[in-house]
Amino acid sequence: MKKLHSIVCMKPVPDPSRFDKLKLDPATLLLCRDQVPPVVNPLDRNAIEAALTLRESRGGSVSVLTMAAPSADEQLREALAMGCDRAVLLTDRAFAGADTLATARVLHAAIRKLGRFDFVFCGAWSADGSTGQVGPQVAELLGIPDLTRVFQLELGRGGLRAHCRIEGGSAVYECAPPMLVTLDKEANVPRYAGMVGIRKALQREVSVWNAKSLKLSPKEVGLEGSPTKMLNVYTSPVGRKGEILQGTPAEAGKKLLAQLRKAKAIA
Amino acid sequence: MDFDFPNPVKIVKRTAREFAEGAIAPLVEKMETGGEFPKALIRKMGDVGLLGLLVPRNYGGSALGYLARTVAVQEVSRVSPAVGIALQVHHMQTAAVLDWGSKTQKEKYLPALCRGEYLGTVAVTEPTGGSDLLGMASTAKAEKGDYVLNGRKCFITNAHLCGAPVIVVKTGEGSRGLSAFIVDKATRGFSAGREEHKMGLRGANTGELIFKNCRVRAGNLLGDEGEGMKAALKTISEVGRPGMAAVALGILEAALEEGVKFAKGRTLYGKPISNLQAIQWHIADIYTEAETAKLVCYRACWLKDQGRECATDMVMGKVVATEAACRATRKALDIHGGCGSMLEFPIQRLWRDAMVCVSAGGTTEIGKLVMSRAALS
Repeated sequence: MKKLHSIVCMKPVPDPSRFDKLKLDPATLLLCRDQVPPVVNPLDRNAIEAALTLRESRGGSVSVLTMAAPSADEQLREALAMGCDRAVLLTDRAFAGADTLATARVLHAAIRKLGRFDFVFCGAWSADGSTGQVGPQVAELLGIPDLTRVFQLELGRGGLRAHCRIEGGSAVYECAPPMLVTLDKEANVPRYAGMVGIRKALQREVSVWNAKSLKLSPKEVGLEGSPTKMLNVYTSPVGRKGEILQGTPAEAGKKLLAQLRKAKAIA
Repeated sequence: MDFDFPNPVKIVKRTAREFAEGAIAPLVEKMETGGEFPKALIRKMGDVGLLGLLVPRNYGGSALGYLARTVAVQEVSRVSPAVGIALQVHHMQTAAVLDWGSKTQKEKYLPALCRGEYLGTVAVTEPTGGSDLLGMASTAKAEKGDYVLNGRKCFITNAHLCGAPVIVVKTGEGSRGLSAFIVDKATRGFSAGREEHKMGLRGANTGELIFKNCRVRAGNLLGDEGEGMKAALKTISEVGRPGMAAVALGILEAALEEGVKFAKGRTLYGKPISNLQAIQWHIADIYTEAETAKLVCYRACWLKDQGRECATDMVMGKVVATEAACRATRKALDIHGGCGSMLEFPIQRLWRDAMVCVSAGGTTEIGKLVMSRAALS
C-alpha cells in the first residue's frame, strides 16, 4: 500500500481567547500583533489532527507549512510536538502585506517544492482574517479538487469521504487524492502537544524557505503581488430603528408591505 | 535580560492550560464537595506528560526542566490548586529517585511514575512536625540484611494514591542518622491510614502512612544509609517549595481573573464596580502580587535549570508566592462583597486553598529562617 503524504497549511494567529486585548494601528490599519501572543490558528489544529489520524491509519508522513514571521518557529514546533514529521517556515520580508492570493501563491510554491503529496489540509478559515479563501485558492493553483468546511472525514476505498457544511445543510462527497480539504471545528478533537512531544520537537529541524528558494518573484508575493488593497478599516455602527405602524392589522400590514417594497427588501 | 519564556516553555504553558481547562475543570466541583481526588485523572496526566516533566526521556519523561514544570503546575493550579499540589508532590518523588536512586530503582519506578500507574510522594512529616527532621520517631532497623520499618507518617499528600513512596526514617542518630527508602505499597506491614479533611485543597488526598514491622530489602534504600536527611532537604528545598510556589502562582492568576470578572460584571450606582477607585486599588494590588511573585519564582527555577545554587531563591519564591496568594485572594474576596461568601463563587475556594499552601513545604517562618541565614552569612 502506498504511504500517504499529507501537508498541513498552518497560520499563527493572535490568541482568540484574548481578542479583547487586540488593537489596530491607526496609521497602518494593521493589527498590533505584539499585544496578544500568537497561537496555532484553532481550525488549523483540526487540520493537523486530521492529517495525523490519517497517518496513524495508513502510515506515511505529515508536513506542516506556514507563511509567517520567523517567530512562527514556536507554532511550527507545537505542530511537531503534536506529531507532525516535518516543518517548513516560509518567511521573507517580501511576503509581508500579502492578501489571500499572494499567500496562496507562496503556499502553492512550497507544496510543489515538497514534492509528491496526497492530501493538503487547512483550517476552514483563520481566526483573525476569517476569509476562508486561502485553502480553495491553493487548490486552484495546484489544479486539484477541494472540499471545504468538512465536519466529518472518513477514509474509504476510493479516497476520502467528506461531510461538508453547506448553506442550509450538508453534503457528502467522495474524492480520490490528490485533493485539498478545509476543516471545521466539529471534524475532530485536536490532540494535545504532549510534554514528550515538546521535548522531541526541540531537537527537530525547521526548514526555512524564502522567495528565492521558492523561485517566486517580488511581483507575485506580498503587498506587490496582492490584488486586494485595504483602503480602510472601521467598526460599522450597529443600530436599530423601531417604528410602530398605526391602524387595524390589515392597514398596518399594507403599510408594512409598502415600506418593504420601497426599501427593495421584497419585489 | 530576557524575560520571555523559551519556546518549549510557552508550548508547555498552552498545553497545560488546555489540559486543565478541558480535563480538570469539569471535576473541580465534585472534588470540592466530595473531598476526593479523581483517580482516572492520574493516567490522563501521564498521557499528556505532566507527570514526567523532570524525568529524562530514557525513563519515559520529557526532562523539560524546572521552569517548564513550574509553569505547568501553575496552569493546573489556576484551575485546581488541589490537583496542582498532587502533581507537584508527585514531581518530588520523581526528582528524589532521579537524584538518589540506583539504575535499577530508576528503571523500575520512573517509567511507572511517568505513565501514571500511581502518584508519587515523599513522606517525611510525622506528628512531631515536618521541619524538625531529627525529631522524627519512625525507624528502620537493620536485620539479617533487610530493614524493618516501624512508625507513622502524617499529612502526606497522595498518601492513598501513591504506589511506591519515598519514606524517610531514622536509622541512627544525628544528621547522618536518617535514611530514605522506596517502599512498595503492597509490602506486608505497610498501609495508608487516616485520610484528612482539609479546609482547602480539598480534592487533594492527604493522609497517614503506617509501618508495622514492615520488612524491606536493602535494595530499597534510596541512596546510601545515612543520606536521608540530605535527600529530604534537597528534595523539599529544590522541588517541593518551588512546587508549592507554583500552586500559589496558579491561585494568584485565578484570583486576578475572578476579581476582574466580578468587578466588570457587578453593577452598583448604575455602573460596573470596576469604575470605583476602591475596587481599582484592589485589582492593582492583586495584579502586582501576581506579577512580582512570578518574577521571583521563575528566576529561582531558571537558576535551578542552569545548575546553579538555588535553595534560598526557591524558599524566597515559596514565601513570596504563598503569602501573596493569601493577600490577593482576600482582596478578591473583598471585591466580591457578600457574594464572596457564597460557595458558587470560586473565590472562596481559592482563598481557602491559599491558606493551606502557606504551611505546605515549610511554613513562612521556616522559610524566613532559611533566607535570614543566607542574608547573614
